[in-house]
Amino acid sequence: MTCENCGADKPVIQLTQIVDDEMRTLHLCEKCAAEQGVEGNPVPENFPLANFLAQMGATPKKEGASEKSAGGGDRACPFCGLTLKQFRDSGRLGCPECWSTFEPHLRGLLRRIHGSHQHVGKVYLTPNPTDSQLERQIGALRRKLERAVELEEFEQAAELRDRIHELEHSESAGSGHE
Amino acid sequence: MSDLDSAADFGLAWLDASGEHADIVLSTRIRLARNLQGHAFGSRARVNDRAAVLDRMAAARRKVPHLAGSELHELESLSARDRKVLMERRLVSRDLLGESSGPAQGSAVVLSHERPISVMVNEEDHLRLQSLASGLSLRSAWTAVDALDEELGQELPYAFHHEFGYLTSCPTNVGTGLRASVLLHLPALVLTKEIGKVLQGLSQMGLTFRGLYGEGSEVVGNFFQLSNQTTLGKSEEDLIDHLDRMVRQVIRYETKARQILMRDAAGVTEDKIWRAYGLLRYARSLSFEELMNLLSGVRLGVGLKLLPGLRVYPLNKVMIFTQPAHLEEAAGRELSSRESDAHRAAYVREILSTEGRVRPDSDPDDAPTEPSG
Ligand SMILES: [Zn+2]
Ligand SMILES: [Zn+2]
Repeated sequence: MTCENCGADKPVIQLTQIVDDEMRTLHLCEKCAAEQGVEGNPVPENFPLANFLAQMGATPKKEGASEKSAGGGDRACPFCGLTLKQFRDSGRLGCPECWSTFEPHLRGLLRRIHGSHQHVGKVYLTPNPTDSQLERQIGALRRKLERAVELEEFEQAAELRDRIHELEHSESAGSGHE
Repeated sequence: MSDLDSAADFGLAWLDASGEHADIVLSTRIRLARNLQGHAFGSRARVNDRAAVLDRMAAARRKVPHLAGSELHELESLSARDRKVLMERRLVSRDLLGESSGPAQGSAVVLSHERPISVMVNEEDHLRLQSLASGLSLRSAWTAVDALDEELGQELPYAFHHEFGYLTSCPTNVGTGLRASVLLHLPALVLTKEIGKVLQGLSQMGLTFRGLYGEGSEVVGNFFQLSNQTTLGKSEEDLIDHLDRMVRQVIRYETKARQILMRDAAGVTEDKIWRAYGLLRYARSLSFEELMNLLSGVRLGVGLKLLPGLRVYPLNKVMIFTQPAHLEEAAGRELSSRESDAHRAAYVREILSTEGRVRPDSDPDDAPTEPSG
């Protein structure tokens, strides 16, 4: 057996991780183990994506026609040119536009990976936000405010309150001009 | 001489062991994955995408208060050893180094002098914002990286989707883009053979773990990293609070296991700890694996107050400065693996004989009779 990182002869240490109840082990030589340590990217490449991706479209055995007709096998992202097949092989999207291009496929995939496809965290505001974007951000800030109060972080709570007032004001000002 | 000589302290603030539960929890790390609108992600980025992302980050860095006085280093312009030092400090990833072919054009890291934050540029995602803190410090690490994120987001147009959140190259990171990791030292759970159960339970709670094992499954060093597994469908605060609760639970289990160890096997445990300390103090050659195991024993001794006067700080320092590139950096040349083992042992002796002495009166043979009053 050889080191799975550098190919050296004597792997002596294993890097083990459990994701989703599945155990995965990398055999490393002492040098690579020292370099890699326990710390690192906790979700390894293509894991557990490979399994999910395999379930996403037509089974790989049905080559050619079914791949194309089964919807989107040859569809490419208009911005970066990534195809659905390339995504399945690499597990990586090519650009922000890919997320819209493959949206229906991704929704199911996200449900399997995360148990959800709806982001509920921080809301990013582009320079000229619409009212609905503003509302979403105000909602996110309110949740943050509740938590700050709960934790008795009053300084942060005061800042959040100001920020919410500010946004509420810009929201009504925006709609007033319509 | 490289630029990094002036930056010798980057990424070391966590060593001071000032954080909560610092004897069991070494460090807390939170990273946020962010991408810019209008550019292909890492795997499909062309040279001009990478150059544009780097330019925009370089410009934003000057405007963002949290990065005042920071330094930006393109990896191509650093020596191979400096790059490895940054990796061993966990400031850049193995991917950013590009191992065999060297770093790709545009790969860079922004390092802050004043805050425990850094940004990787042109990794798998355009930006990886990171905060590293001592002990169990999820909230303060989150506050630091969140504030940086807010400021950077006003200078740089992030790719954000109303349904999927912050867009990333890999679907396992999308949504919050947040990965929080806590590095734990759990020797008593390993010695009492409870660790398997605990880790299995945690993986069912939506966490992932990593650990090092030797041949035949004995654990190396007893260090484990716990992280959140999912990034979408929960708020940043919920992800962090959940991990925090689970880590505190693990700390309770470990503390309980330490009590059991001292109740049922005090003699053996004490002997193991003093032997580990003795070997570290006097050994002339130490492999990485041996060092990790001995350090674990000594660290447990500090936690159990069996090595009075010894603190966790020098032990943390040993973990960082005995890594291969750090040893070569100190030696000023490349080292063979045998030389490396010798230099490692020499460094440990040096630290333990200066900052890592146990109080002489703790040696039972030397102990003076109890002073009265
Ligand atoms: Zn190796
Ligand atoms: Zn694309």
